Amino acid sequence: MSDTTSQTPTTAQGPRDLPTVDITGWTCPAPLRETPRVVMGHGGGGALSAELVQQIFVPAFGGELLAQLGDSAVFALGGQRLAFSTDSYVVRPLFFPGGCIGDLAVNGTVNDLAMSGARAAYLSCGFILEEGVEMPVVAGVADAMGAAARAAGVEVATGDTKVVEAGRGDGVYLNTAGIGVIPPGVDLRPQRVVPGDVVIVSGDIGVHGVAIMSVREGLEFGVEIESDCAALGGLVQTMLAVTPELHVLRDPTRGGLAAALNEIATASATGVVIDERAVPVPPAVANACAILGLDPMYVANEGKLVAFVPREHADAVLDAMRAHPLGAGAAVIGEAVAAHPGMVVARTPLGGTRVVDLPLGEQLPRIC
Amino acid sequence: MKYLDEFQNPELARRLLGEIRATVTRPWALMEVCGGQTHTIIRHGIDQLLPEEVELIHGPGCPVCVTPLAVIDQALEIAARPEVIFCSFGDMLRVPGTDRDLFRVRGEGGDVRVVYSPLDALKIAQQNPHREVVFFGIGFETTAPPNAMTVYQARKLGIRNFSMLVSHVRVPPAIEAIMTSSSCRVQGFLAAGHVCSVMGTDEYPALADRFRVPIVVTGFEPLDILEGIRRTVRQLERGEHTVDNAYPRAVRPDGNPAARAMLADVFEVTDRSWRGIGTIPASGWRLSDRYRDHDAEHRFSVGGITTREPAACRSGEVLQGLIKPHECQAFGTTCTPRTPLGATMVSSEGACAAYYLYRRLGSTPTPLEATPVV
Amino acid sequence: MCLAVPGKVMEIEERDGTRMATVDFGGVVKEVCLEYVPDLVVGDYAIVHVGFALQRLDEESARRTLELFEELGLLQEEFGDPWEAAAAREAIQAQEARK
Repeated sequence: MSDTTSQTPTTAQGPRDLPTVDITGWTCPAPLRETPRVVMGHGGGGALSAELVQQIFVPAFGGELLAQLGDSAVFALGGQRLAFSTDSYVVRPLFFPGGCIGDLAVNGTVNDLAMSGARAAYLSCGFILEEGVEMPVVAGVADAMGAAARAAGVEVATGDTKVVEAGRGDGVYLNTAGIGVIPPGVDLRPQRVVPGDVVIVSGDIGVHGVAIMSVREGLEFGVEIESDCAALGGLVQTMLAVTPELHVLRDPTRGGLAAALNEIATASATGVVIDERAVPVPPAVANACAILGLDPMYVANEGKLVAFVPREHADAVLDAMRAHPLGAGAAVIGEAVAAHPGMVVARTPLGGTRVVDLPLGEQLPRIC
Repeated sequence: MKYLDEFQNPELARRLLGEIRATVTRPWALMEVCGGQTHTIIRHGIDQLLPEEVELIHGPGCPVCVTPLAVIDQALEIAARPEVIFCSFGDMLRVPGTDRDLFRVRGEGGDVRVVYSPLDALKIAQQNPHREVVFFGIGFETTAPPNAMTVYQARKLGIRNFSMLVSHVRVPPAIEAIMTSSSCRVQGFLAAGHVCSVMGTDEYPALADRFRVPIVVTGFEPLDILEGIRRTVRQLERGEHTVDNAYPRAVRPDGNPAARAMLADVFEVTDRSWRGIGTIPASGWRLSDRYRDHDAEHRFSVGGITTREPAACRSGEVLQGLIKPHECQAFGTTCTPRTPLGATMVSSEGACAAYYLYRRLGSTPTPLEATPVV
Repeated sequence: MCLAVPGKVMEIEERDGTRMATVDFGGVVKEVCLEYVPDLVVGDYAIVHVGFALQRLDEESARRTLELFEELGLLQEEFGDPWEAAAAREAIQAQEARK
């Protein structure tokens, strides 16, 4: 196209009064500083969740252990160091490609324990069932839990069941709590991270979240994309066998890799720099995110971990991870730095930089 | 994804940057009109890679940001009604009205659902014949045809419980308003590629001529943006001001005639208030009388709402490109995505949110930023 | 505005009098309305926004655009690779931080 001067009126109306734009007179929308009621974002694992915990739960409960806000509470009891953790599961749909709420509930708590270096020993489980849910559904969930527990080498030792009226639940809600022993010499805490630590992720990110969204958003995948839901205890033991000197581990579930890295950066008061080119994102995840306007860094995982490893051990730990089936796709994605403490920065493929912030709440499909 | 990945190639980006660098001799201020382009620029750090002579001003092309407060308040009132299923694109849920947002309406018991496509809302209406299903029809010329088709289908199929709350806006009148503003600094435009995929380019030569600005139709991937910049700078350096198409794989001069015909049938041009900017004559679309039965504003008679905007934020100036987001006192302090003062901070396409997410680093000098990249 | 992505038309069918297609976005498949680009055939690429094809993607034009980029001058050699430069600075900072 070149310089044409065809006069197409921009409006069907007559002579136009152009707006006199008085900048100083412009005003802006009202702030929504408080949320008087719970909104979905309070369960999203982002900033809203953190505020809920900090402003209501921590003051109400007191207690030093809770205030540490780790994935697990770590304490000494009977001469052993134990990790103790709990998590609730409200996923919809109950069954999704690659898993169901049952294996999710077992693996999620096993993984929370594993991130403190603990080998999960016993789990509890609480079922909240909705009146009218079909018995085979409950059986299917329970069977999946049993299979996942056996695979993870953990025993479901106690449980509870409640039923709520039809319409007051999504079929099945689950809670699990778990307890495990931390081997001597293992001390995984974000406070141990120092500049120079190497950041390793155990494989492809965003797979679980996209598998769930594929069902909710009516996306089909040419190559079936299944949740990566898996118990990471074995992988963690493999890594600790190389060196107990790992600094911190996180499983990037809700809020994705971005939330996990931000938590570590904040708690350790170091900066984190990520090379976006090195972050393993499978094409199907990247493409689903492109359609929905999402960022893979913020999409949930259920069978991945991110590790901050002292530089001198990084190669050996990476090799050990890659030799384990759940770490075959492990990759170095960045490092801890002294600059910009508390902030996660990604180097973009073009050579620019961007801040990778803590997500606010749940990620929503962005279309416009 | 084919035709996406190729246009993100770092090596070719480097060549385009080299060309821009070789072409530019003095400062130029360009406005990218579309919020999707702003998103790409910040997401990939493109503005950091450009020679310092090239300044990008982020335009008002984020439909979420410019949807007027009165319409948001209407949406909130309709969504709160017990008989209503209110469907919206995801981005609208956190946009603040006078005293709440759609998320809060949902927290208070309203049935608010996020849909990917307006056709999904129509499907919900078919599945729930005893509920009123309302779709929040916002967006520029790109989103208007899908919404128009959905209303058309509702009428054709006789889906009486479906209606749409329409607040569509059009790009050319906004360009005109920006260029006639006394404080305007814009010397060239990257026009919104997907708007032109629908509308074509015949509205632009008159604007380029009248305001003596180059207007380059530009796509959304990093290489597209760089090519748009390259062509705009080349025109500016040569003293030219023509309409050029840097996105020919998706834009024909006459746009999409079928979509334009549908728009002419379903909508009619109206004056529209732009949040943060003010009323721009003939800058919007509303449902034409033929489709009045499916007009939510008419069906729910939600006129006469009193709206109130606070004074702290300067999103109006940001939308006009007069200040950069971080030049606002409230930016990153009292105004964050968590507690947005303005709609530009709410939408992930909004200039302020894009800055907050990806560019906060730039507002607090660090060694990373101290050395110029490239 | 306007998050629109290119996808390949896989199958076309009439549904409720509406022309619909399954469109493949690099392994992700979605239902898309073709009413606005009725002459699309299987194998064509389309620009898709909120479930609607809005324009045919002109593959020949895309190819020419990329060729043009390939042919652009190689002036950037003197500027070096921005990513490598940034990474090098990062390494220096990291070293200084460890001192």
